[in-house]
This record gives sequence, structure tokens and C-alpha cells, in this order.
Amino acid sequence: MTPHILTRSLDRAATAFVLLVAAVGVLIPLSNLLLPQGSMFQVPTYLVALWGKYVCYAILALSIDLIWGYCGILSLGHGAFFALGGYAMGMYLMRQIGSRGVYGNPILPDFMVFLNWDKLPWYWYGFDKFWFAALMVLLVPGLLAFCFGWLAFRSRVTGVYLSIITQAMTYALLLAFFRNDFGFGGNNGLTDFKDILGFNVQAEGTRAALFLLSCLALIIAFLICRAIVSSKLGKVLIAVRDAESRTRFLGYRVESYKLFVFTLSACMAGVAGALYVPQVGIINPSEFAPANSIEAVIWVAVGGRGTLIGAALGAVVVNYAKTFFTSGPLAPYWLFMLGALFILVTLLLPKGIVGTFNSWWEPRRSTGIAADEASAAREDGISAAKMAE
Amino acid sequence: MLAAFSSHSCRGPDVFANCIDRFRALFLSILLLSCLAVPALAGPFEDSVAKFANDEFSDTEAAVGEIAASGNALASPIISALQDGRLSADPDSKKVFITQTDGKIVDATTGAAVDKLPDNAAAVRLNNRLRRTVEAALGGLTLLSPDPAKRLAAAQSVFKSHEENLLPTVESALAKESVKSIKQAFAEARAAIILFKSDASDSDKLDAVAVVKARGDQEALALLTGLGDQPALVTKAAASAVSSIQSNLAMWSMVQNAWYGLSLGSVLLLAAIGLAITFGVMGVINMAHGEMVMLGAYTTFVVQEVIRTRYPALFDYSLLIAVPLAFLVAGFIGVLIERTIIRFLYGRPLETLLATWGLSLVLQQAVRTAFGPTNREVGNPSWMSGAFELGQITITYNRLWILCFTLAVFAILLAMLRYTALGLEMRAVTQNRRMAASMGIATSRVDALTFGLGSGIAGIAGVALSQIDNVSPNLGQSYIIDSFMVVVFGGVGNLWGTLVGAFTLGIANKFLEPVAGAVLGKIAILVLIILFIQKRPRGLFALKGRAVEA
Repeated sequence: MTPHILTRSLDRAATAFVLLVAAVGVLIPLSNLLLPQGSMFQVPTYLVALWGKYVCYAILALSIDLIWGYCGILSLGHGAFFALGGYAMGMYLMRQIGSRGVYGNPILPDFMVFLNWDKLPWYWYGFDKFWFAALMVLLVPGLLAFCFGWLAFRSRVTGVYLSIITQAMTYALLLAFFRNDFGFGGNNGLTDFKDILGFNVQAEGTRAALFLLSCLALIIAFLICRAIVSSKLGKVLIAVRDAESRTRFLGYRVESYKLFVFTLSACMAGVAGALYVPQVGIINPSEFAPANSIEAVIWVAVGGRGTLIGAALGAVVVNYAKTFFTSGPLAPYWLFMLGALFILVTLLLPKGIVGTFNSWWEPRRSTGIAADEASAAREDGISAAKMAE
Repeated sequence: MLAAFSSHSCRGPDVFANCIDRFRALFLSILLLSCLAVPALAGPFEDSVAKFANDEFSDTEAAVGEIAASGNALASPIISALQDGRLSADPDSKKVFITQTDGKIVDATTGAAVDKLPDNAAAVRLNNRLRRTVEAALGGLTLLSPDPAKRLAAAQSVFKSHEENLLPTVESALAKESVKSIKQAFAEARAAIILFKSDASDSDKLDAVAVVKARGDQEALALLTGLGDQPALVTKAAASAVSSIQSNLAMWSMVQNAWYGLSLGSVLLLAAIGLAITFGVMGVINMAHGEMVMLGAYTTFVVQEVIRTRYPALFDYSLLIAVPLAFLVAGFIGVLIERTIIRFLYGRPLETLLATWGLSLVLQQAVRTAFGPTNREVGNPSWMSGAFELGQITITYNRLWILCFTLAVFAILLAMLRYTALGLEMRAVTQNRRMAASMGIATSRVDALTFGLGSGIAGIAGVALSQIDNVSPNLGQSYIIDSFMVVVFGGVGNLWGTLVGAFTLGIANKFLEPVAGAVLGKIAILVLIILFIQKRPRGLFALKGRAVEA
């Protein structure tokens, strides 16, 4: 909003992170487009799309870190917001296919022709315009998060209960989107995209531009998160995380704070999904799978909960490892590694890579980020932390 | 011969008698010769059978009707062979053959064995209209069969086909029948025929409507709604019968839904009951709970494999052996998990959730590596297969056993918590951990045992679920969300809540399914639970007092 907030929210690490993302966002597309093919420094187009995917995941991880790391809301259904944003973008891309589909219907997407539908369902209206689709990318996940959060936070559903019902939410959406008569392509989802804003989605230039845009979105999301967590609002969020009842007794409307940050986070996840879909070329119901949402949470845990930079880094590192291992001879062992990652990170590295690095590098710096274990335990559930000894 | 006959013509009465004798001999010999040459011309039954060889649908239909009416002992095998496509005919010699179910070939008219079919013999063809005729004819034939099961089946098929020309047969069968249930079936078959008979009197038809109404199932409904033109009185009676049958059927479908709901509820309860211990009593959220269920199912598989290869006679006892083994396997792994992972995470439920999720991935992949990713075959012991009828619904034994088993496990668990030393310690630690520790209870030992108990019960659940579900590495995953829903809905820390929650969700699900479809029904249930949690964040039966804020 004001330069003041910007300067306050940008400490040295944050500035370095923004510059790094900006450099990657500019250099990778440039090297892909300008350098000759086969050159040592030329990034192949498939890698641009792959890294574009990682950047979208990083935005999703940021959105989870904002609510989990700073407000203690562990959502196991954030993949749903991501997928909803993706579907909104996918619907726009479907309408752009026009009469180039297999059945050549200028209005109806192929799967509707296939199902013998004679006209467009009402909820597909308007998706032929980019501005409308872009609005829906923010509005649909935001609205769902608002309604869901309004119900949940007002009745003080917290901790694991919230986690479980967010998981149920994404599971219900998964089942719904699998249905053909739901009108979103059923099992196959939306795919075979042709154009975005008149540019061919397969073209190198478009991919490079999408990558640049994703990096830009990551920077903006990061700045918004930094602005929030370094403001007074951020302090209240941390207070909610560490001692919710106490914050409430101090006179803060805890549910309003939670609702705001939850809705904002869902909108960010929606944007991540919307940028993800044109780069991977498909969106289908499996994006709603509860396992995806939990996996996104582990990216945050690996990178460092409550560090923002760590979340983005964790998403890239874990997904790079996933690509590396699942494409090699070690593929059958990937799930062992992922499972072990879940266990080892929570047991041995509870602050994640960045958090551990911070506490090692600047031992005296009190950030308020590294959770105070004792108070967190008191709030989170059982007063058993000490008894278990 | 003809020359000999003319030379002796008519020389007085004795000569005439002699003449006739000779004539008879001649006739007989001609007959005999012709019989040998063209057997098809030998008699009405053989004539009818030979019509099959004409390869005309109209002839085949006529033949079926004539054979069924002949009362010949061979009629039934011929027509059932025709129905199964085992009847072949040689168009040249007009001979017809039956290929018996054991592969032997016999002549259709004589029943004599034949070495092989003639080269140009072809199966007698049927069309859909003929198939109905064949079914009806078979029904009529078996109405008088000595086998009661066959008579019953025949009566049912006549009820459906209501062939008018079978009425005399049905009536004679009805008069002779001594078994009560079959007599009833015959009466219903007779009523069906009368209803469709154009020249039956109104009073007969009204009686028939009453008989069909008393039958009261889906087929009776179909019969009454398809009556066509009838006298006004009969139409009215039929309409009232239809509505009464419909309400009766609606009631039975309610009963059926309730049974399916109970069955689903018992499965949910079985899957959730271990979770109610670990999550409800200990407050540990164990996402690997489904994998404990899966381990139980794989234990059953291994037990059955060993029994199959070594001691096939013990197969019926395989589940009895698997239950304690599954408890031990899953329980042991549970204690191991508690000692190595979960005890470091007490008081951090969100971290526990993530670590156990990772554990579930590892366990799934381990089982996938050891047993392969595909479904494994787990058989039903003989006492668990089959079904019985209760009114208009069918109850399968395996579902019934699982319901009983679940209730038994529940009762044992409840008794254990109530009456044993470990149960007492568990309740003490749940209610006030510090106080329990001060009183000398080794809380960490109780934690390990409680977690082991919850996991062991999940293993037992796996044994039961292996009987009705696919045993694959993903078995557990399909239950984990549902189990959590049950525990959260029922209220944490209360086994009775879990019981009520499981059966409520099971029955609600099955009642929604016919209305909304399977998937939409499930979605509706999930949405309802999400809304319910808003209203009562601690479930149906919430713990009150200080434990809530702990």
C-alpha cells in the first residue's frame, strides 16, 4: 500500500528472495528464446514448462504457509482452491477452442457435444471473456473459503477438526467433479487447449511469458504475505496461532482475522492453479485428491513453516526431487522417500530447512517466527507434551 | 409279391380271409420298410420333431407346441436342448439330435446314443419370439415334474408368461400339488392366466386380482400394470391392488435400505472403532489407521495362502485363525509406531497428522513391493457365503456375520475399558494424565498399549473387510476419510458416540442413495457432516468439562 510497508516488510533475506525470483523469471525465458537450440545455456522449452509448474506450486505453498505458519490453520484442502482456480482458467481456455474441437461446435466444448448436451450450462456463461475468467479465478475459491471459513471459525472449529473437515471438503469436490453431469468434463477434465488471449498455448513465446507471469505472481504473493506478517495484523495472527483463547480474551475478533487470512490464502491458491493449467495443459478432478493437499503441506514443512521463503523453497525442492526420482530407476522408491520425508521432517527438522538455517545462522535473532513449542502445545490440544517424557 | 397276390384272388370266404391276412402282412412289411427308410413319417411325435429340420421359425414354433402337448418323456429334454442351443438337425435325413450337457449325442426321437453328428447337421435357430414360446412350453412341461424345485420354477415362469393354453395343465397341477408353497405358486400362475384370458368371467378375474395382490412383489406389480383392456370392475380392483402393492413394496424397500444401512454402518464402525481409541481416547490423529486395516486384510490373505497350500481342510477356519494373528500383527506394528514416532509428537497433533500420513505412504508402498499392486484373492469360508430371503429382501451371510462380529468387537472393547486394569488405566490417563502419573500409572506404557490396541482392532477390521472388499494396497485409504467422519460426527472420546455415528451415517447414506445416486449421496453426507460440525464442533456425544479445553 505505502512505501513504508514495503520497506518494513523487506528485510535482507526477503529482498534477496525477490531478486532471485525476478532474475530466474527473466533469465530462463530469455535463455529459452534468444540462445540457439543446443547451446549449453539454452533452457529447453519442456524445462520452462516444468519450472513454471514448480513456481505455481511455490505460490500454493506460500498460501498454505500464510495460514498454517502464521495463523495455525492447517488446511488439508488447499488443493481444492488451487484446482478451482485451475478449473476457472480451464473453462476460459475451453471456450477459446471454439470450432477447432473434434466435433467443431463453436459454443459447446467437445465433452458436452459427446454427452449430447444441446446448450451451454448457465455456469459456463461469461467464460469466453478473459476478464470474467480472471475474476472467477479469484472469486470462486475466495467465496468458497469465505463461506467455509465463516461457518467453521465462527463455531470455533479448530486444530485437527478443521484439518479433517477441509479434507472432507476437497474429497466431496473430488467426487463431484468426477461426475459427468456436473458439467466440468468428468473424469477427463478439461484439456486440448489451443489459445490464451489469442496466443497459442503450445508456442515457446507463450510458455516463456507464462513462466515470467508465474514468477511475477510469486513475487506479488510473497510481498503481500510479507506485508501482512510484518504488520500489526501479522502480530495478531501469530498471537492467534500461539494462544487463540488468550487473544480472544484480549478483545480481538479472532474469527474475523482467521477468516480474512483464510480467504486471502484461498485466492492466492486459486491464482496459482490458474497459472498452472495453461502450463501443464490439463486440469482434471485428481487435482482435488486429498493426498495432493497433504503433499502441499509437506512442502511447507520441509522448507520451514512460518518463514514464507522456506515454503516457496520447499515446494521447489520437493517437486524437483519428485521429478528427479520418479523419472529414474528409483521410481518405485519415491513413495518411501516421500513418506520418510514426512516423518523425518516432523521428527527431526520441525522448523524446516530455512527455519533451522535461521536459528543456526542468527542464534540471537528473535524472530517470533520459530514457534514457541510450549505455548503451541498448550493451545494445540493435549497438555501432554511434558507428560510423555 | 403283387403278382402272387393277384394270382390268388377271391376264391371263397376262407380264401378271402387268407387274402386279408396276407394283405396285413404286406401292409406291415411295407410299413416296416418305410419306417426304416423315412422315419419322419412314422408317427405324430416323430413328425413334430422332424419339423425342426425345416429350419423355418414357424415350423419350429409348431413343433415346440406339438411336442409340449405330446406328453412324451423325451419332450422336456428336447425343448430344453432347443433353449440352450444344443439341438441340431440334419436337413437331408430330417433327423434331429440332442447334444447332452455331458457332450454325448443322442437321437431326439429315440434317445439312442449316436457316435457323432452328421456333417451337415446345424443347430436349430431361435428368435426372440420363439424363445418366449420355448420358455412357456418348458414351464408347462415341468409343471408336472417330480422335482419340487422344478415345479416351483415352472409355476413362476408361467406366472410371468401367462400362456393361455397352459391353463388346464396348471389347474391339474394345482389339484395334485401337496407342497403348500408350490400350491400357492400354482394358484398365482393360474390367476395370472385368468387375468389375461379374454373369456374369463368378472368374478373369476376379481378373485385372480386378489391372489396376485396377495403375492405383492415386483412381478405382481408388473403383471397388474400391464393388464391392458379389462372390464371396468377388474380395472378398478387392479388399480387398488397396484397401489396397495406399491405401498407394500415401498415399505420393503425401506426395510432393505435399513438393512443395507446397518451393514454399511457396521463396516464403518469396524473401521472407525480403532480410530475412536487412538484419536478419541488418546487424541492422537493417526492417518496410517487405514493401513493397519490393510495389514489385517493382508494377514488374512497370507493365512489363507498357507492353508490352501498346506492344510486345505482347515479353510473354513481360516478367518478364526486370521483374527488373532491380524490383531497381533497390526497391534505390534502399532506399538512400534508409537514407540518410534508418535511419542515424540504428543501435544503436536498437526505434526502427528503429517508424520502418520508419511507413515501410511511408506506402509502402502511396502505392501505394494511385497505383494504387488494388484488385488489379492481372499476367499469366503463356506459358512460366510450364500444368502437367505427374509420377506422381499435378500440377506447375505457375510454381511450378517460382519454385523454380528462388529457388535461383538464393540462389546468386548467396551467391557475391556470398563472391567480390566488396562482399561482403568487408559481411562485414567485420558481423563487426567498428570493425576494418573502421580498415582503411579506408567503413562508412557499405557500410551503404547492403547495405541497398540487401537491398531490391533484396525487389524481385526481388516480381516472382516477382506471378505467384502478388494484386498489391495489402497484398501485402507478408501476407509480413512469415512472413519474420521464417523469419529468426529459421533464425538471424540466416546465409544457410544462412534457406534451411533457409524450407524447413523451408514443408514443416512443408504437412504440418500436411491434418491440422489451413490456419489451425490456421499457428497451430501460429507456436506451435512461439515455443516453439523459447525453446529456441534465436538460431535454428537461431546465430552464435557475440563477435558474439552485440554
